[in-house]
Amino acid sequence: MAKSAKQKNIPGRFGAYGGRYVPETLMAALEELEAAYTKAKKDKKFQRELAALLANFAGRPTSLFFAQRLTQKLGGAKIYLKREDLLHTGAHKINNALGQALLARRMGKKRIIAETGAGQHGVATATVCALFGLECVVYMGAEDMRRQELNVFRMRLLGAEVRGVESGSRTLKDAINEAMRDWVTNVRSTYYLLGSALGAHPYPTMVRDFHRVIGREARAQILKAEGKLPNAVIACVGGGSNAIGIFHEFIRDKKVRLIGVEAGGRSLSLGDHAARFSGGSPGVLQGTYSYLLQNESGQVATTHSISAGLDYPSIGPEHAALHDSGRAEYVNASDKETLAALALLSRTEGIIPALESAHAVAEAIKRAPKMKKREIIIINISGRGDKDMGILQENIRA
Amino acid sequence: MSFFRSKPGLVAYVTCGDPDLATSRAVILSAIDAGADLIELGVPFSDPVADGPVIQRASERALKNGTSLEDVLSLAEGIRNSRPLTNLIVFSYLNPLIRYGLPKFVTRAKDAGVDGVLAVDLIVEEADEYRALMEKSRLAPVFLAAPTSTDARLKKVAAASRGFIYAVARTGVTGAKTDVRGDAQQLVKRIKKFSKLPVAVGFGISNADDFRQVGKYADAAVIGSAIVKIIEEKSANGASPEVPAAAVGDFIRSVKRAS
Repeated sequence: MAKSAKQKNIPGRFGAYGGRYVPETLMAALEELEAAYTKAKKDKKFQRELAALLANFAGRPTSLFFAQRLTQKLGGAKIYLKREDLLHTGAHKINNALGQALLARRMGKKRIIAETGAGQHGVATATVCALFGLECVVYMGAEDMRRQELNVFRMRLLGAEVRGVESGSRTLKDAINEAMRDWVTNVRSTYYLLGSALGAHPYPTMVRDFHRVIGREARAQILKAEGKLPNAVIACVGGGSNAIGIFHEFIRDKKVRLIGVEAGGRSLSLGDHAARFSGGSPGVLQGTYSYLLQNESGQVATTHSISAGLDYPSIGPEHAALHDSGRAEYVNASDKETLAALALLSRTEGIIPALESAHAVAEAIKRAPKMKKREIIIINISGRGDKDMGILQENIRA
Repeated sequence: MSFFRSKPGLVAYVTCGDPDLATSRAVILSAIDAGADLIELGVPFSDPVADGPVIQRASERALKNGTSLEDVLSLAEGIRNSRPLTNLIVFSYLNPLIRYGLPKFVTRAKDAGVDGVLAVDLIVEEADEYRALMEKSRLAPVFLAAPTSTDARLKKVAAASRGFIYAVARTGVTGAKTDVRGDAQQLVKRIKKFSKLPVAVGFGISNADDFRQVGKYADAAVIGSAIVKIIEEKSANGASPEVPAAAVGDFIRSVKRAS
């Protein structure tokens, strides 16, 4: 849309991308949220409270682990794993859920809604709502409920109501549509706890900020372990929250290559994958202007990925800007490569990553052998694979 | 030129291409002949976040047969040729317009005889380029005002809108029941402080009683889901376009008679 240069400094714009594309009914709520977040961000009490919860409830800092046997096996760059999988609830999502729930409480909102793809954000949201005694409704595509059945049960056990969404491809995108319809209806009483660096301003900025702790820790940890910065940081990208969280602290370190890995799915024909930078074009979906998988009439395409968390047709707007400026590179890993990577990491390091995170491992497997032994890669292991046992049983002969 | 010849004006929304373009054309002509002042030509979209189940289903049906923005504009042109006096507004989500190309869209819409455009998910602050293009082609940009809009926002909406202002009757999606004496009446009163433009109230206006009530305080009322529902019911099992067209015409006449 509006691509004039003067818009570059508008909050909520990342180059040409981002912005606010929502029905007018939501605007007052977005303005209220932006004001509350701006205030909380500067408030030492808020930051102290969040830091304490991240440490004592979520389990931060997470370790940066040297993957010795994987490094030997690949015979190239030294590979380190940022262990977000060790966090409470099993993925990085808890960083953002805690931050936003604290904010919702400050804003006096008692009802929380969220969407979820793989179920990790839903579980994180259900968890923080239980912790703070807030009502919680999670929207989840019916297809995702089937393939992430265990997470559905976890959310219900935590006291959340999980509402299945039967429209469209019955995945993450459709869950967001339904959450937005709930929000537009109950906007006066309800806080929408969006789970990725997506949506209308201020969400992409706010969600990124709550995940920046990943990159801050990783940068300090690698400097301590190796006395130098890594050559590459690799993370999977669905909406892109774990990736932007680890990338952000390295953006000014120009020599560190930032590599986002999208879902290559079954093939790169439209409908078979979720690789927005291979076949997508700029467009507006669910509040933001970013790369979008769409047909020639501007209808949003269906997507496929073995991992529910990456199965989404758009991408966080800050990634779109990092892509266009060339500061980050975006590649993809197929379902098949991902499964092989998951199996390899499991057997060489004793770490079963989430299918989402295994996409990043797959890229490291391609890249490390071509790099020098003194070079360093950090892979963000954004979540653990426990939730994926059902799919893995269908796809891997153990 | 006022968009509404009768008081209160009746705005009829139709999802174009549901279940096919021939039906849309027949329904719209019948709605006009029954006394609709303005037609909102709904462009189907894959992710209609502002719409309830009725219009969601209509969009799915329209997309299943491949209805595109180009088709909607051709439909508009045909209707404009048959009924030169009725106002036509394109009602769309933003992405199909961007994908088509905004400058090309505005030119083509003007050529087709369209009078204005309402992009549901485009707020005033993001609309600089859009407004400039519309202004140049003398198309009316219509913006939404909501019960949650602050006075500061209503001022912006009033300044940017042309033709009329669309007041969203309540928080929520299209189609659900509305208490037309609640939020909507307050909102219209607030809008009138900032604008002399006519105000049309929409979202959940479904029958003669709603229409009569809204007519007491607003310039026009939009009937959408109720019409789309008639089309859904009457065009089931492959009925000819005349069947839903006649039913919609009867419905609009009954609503207007009661006001």
